[in-house]
Amino acid sequence: MARAATDVPQTPQRAGFGRRVATALIRRREASILLVLVGLVVYFSLRTDAFFGTDNARVIAEFSAPIAIIAAGQVMLLICGEIDLSVGMVYAFSSWIFYFGVTDWGLPIWLAVIVGLLSGSAVGLVNGIITVGVGVPSFITTLGMAYVLNGLTLNISGAFPVETPGGETFFRIFGGSPYTTVYWALGVIVVMTILLTRTRWGLHTVATGGNLLGASESGVNIRKVKIGNFVLCSTLGALAGILESVRIDTIQALQGGFPVMFYAVAAAVIGGTSLFGGSGTIIGAALGVGVLAVLNLGFTLQGISAYTFDLVLGIAIIASMALNVTLERIRQSGRLGSSA
Amino acid sequence: MSERATPQPEQTAVTAADAIRVESISKSFGVVQALEDVSLHVRPGEVLGLIGDNGAGKSTLVKILTGFHKPDVGKIFVFGEEVQLKSVTHARSLGIDTVFQDLALVPGMTVYHNMFLNREVTRGIGPFRFLSNRVMKKRSLEYLDDIGVRVPSIDAEVARMSGGQRQAIAIARSTHSDAKILLLDEPLAAMGAREGALIIELIEELGKNSDVSMIVIAHNYVHVLEMCDRVNLLRNGRIMLDKRTDETSVEELTEIVAAEYRLPKTA
Repeated sequence: MARAATDVPQTPQRAGFGRRVATALIRRREASILLVLVGLVVYFSLRTDAFFGTDNARVIAEFSAPIAIIAAGQVMLLICGEIDLSVGMVYAFSSWIFYFGVTDWGLPIWLAVIVGLLSGSAVGLVNGIITVGVGVPSFITTLGMAYVLNGLTLNISGAFPVETPGGETFFRIFGGSPYTTVYWALGVIVVMTILLTRTRWGLHTVATGGNLLGASESGVNIRKVKIGNFVLCSTLGALAGILESVRIDTIQALQGGFPVMFYAVAAAVIGGTSLFGGSGTIIGAALGVGVLAVLNLGFTLQGISAYTFDLVLGIAIIASMALNVTLERIRQSGRLGSSA
Repeated sequence: MSERATPQPEQTAVTAADAIRVESISKSFGVVQALEDVSLHVRPGEVLGLIGDNGAGKSTLVKILTGFHKPDVGKIFVFGEEVQLKSVTHARSLGIDTVFQDLALVPGMTVYHNMFLNREVTRGIGPFRFLSNRVMKKRSLEYLDDIGVRVPSIDAEVARMSGGQRQAIAIARSTHSDAKILLLDEPLAAMGAREGALIIELIEELGKNSDVSMIVIAHNYVHVLEMCDRVNLLRNGRIMLDKRTDETSVEELTEIVAAEYRLPKTA
């Protein structure tokens, strides 16, 4: 096995199976997180009778959908070296803008959806301009924005929940029927994966996070990339919020918030996205969301309290990041094959 | 890409023959005068070595020629035409490309994506354009082959490459991007002797066998005399010497630089 340590970064053809699996797991972070996900599903299906009921699958999927949508946007931002802590507040804020669009401004329902989404985009634009233009770290910009939006939402809503407006067709398409939010989430995952891996925008996002100075020396418009990804992330936050409002047929000021945002960040990290920027995948984050959802439901079925869930979630985040950093060191040291 | 017409030196005066010509450029940052009345020129296909101590103004000059900084006063001519360099992208569109000291490579990206960073080959319609990875891989291999550079794998991340390989990748990227004028900012910095020798060879080859004009910034006079046709010495923001490399020697260059440190004591 010593020959794997040569200077040629290609997997030796005759390497043993175990080594090839290890290499694959290290090369492709998604493979290892998928393994964890499958392991959890097997574990809970053995330990609880109800785990494989169709209702459970739906609960898991629908719990995951909005988080996966937000995580997709958050991954883009994390890759280009920024973070959005306000996206969970956009989730609630844009839902209310959508609501007022229909009830107060008399907009047709689809136009109200678009206005709701645009309100999310606008928040992202402000986040981006303050972060990139003024130079406030995004952690601070978006933390402030989170509180601003929360206060604003509580004010305009009067803090009372309302019924989500919209006719039957709208509900069927936009989150009301079983699994519709999941279909939307899958669509977002596919589109965002293509954007990240197959377009110049995705490549420039990676370059911006991977070598900020180098990217700008190469003529990459790093400001545009960062601001664009702030807008993208916030818009996806608005989409997730409105879809979820339709699904549960209620809009309330305190929906989403920090928990949804932190779940999305946690899922991204568990899925292999680096908080230092420069690497990450949408699929990994989606699998990370799956892990969180399965843990959540499995514990609920086992009668384990939400406190324990938080305990495990916390450990999972730290362990994932520790693993991530370690794997990166192994890869950099050149002991195993590069990612192809 | 490579079909782009060379800027034609039409209806121009004495400067027409120069690939790049700088006339009386000054630049200061606050109270620091980085460049003072600097003039230089590079003829097509020529390799000009730019030497000088730290703080002599070499990097500032490169950054001006790249469009990163704007000069306070002075003129820049590219193939005889006066230009105001607005940005890196603008300079590049005029055929001026730079291999920066940090090489502007993204460690976490593959060799071929780095080679095509910000000049990606795409296909598709309107806003729906997608990366043609296959084409970029193929061309990257050709480009590296052209200048005789071998890397372990075109798919590998640049993080896995040695200093020399990175430098070669950065140079190959520039020479194959319509660059008519190539600025190399300390291409031998942080490199082992063997790798350094390969890069010197590469630059010599390019100087002889292509019509690319180059400005090479370096510290080591031996290397400069080896690689370059002509050498300019920059000190305290001024050009102190302009000679063909076959008309000067390491001793002369050393003497001129050393004189600066001796003068105050003897005077």
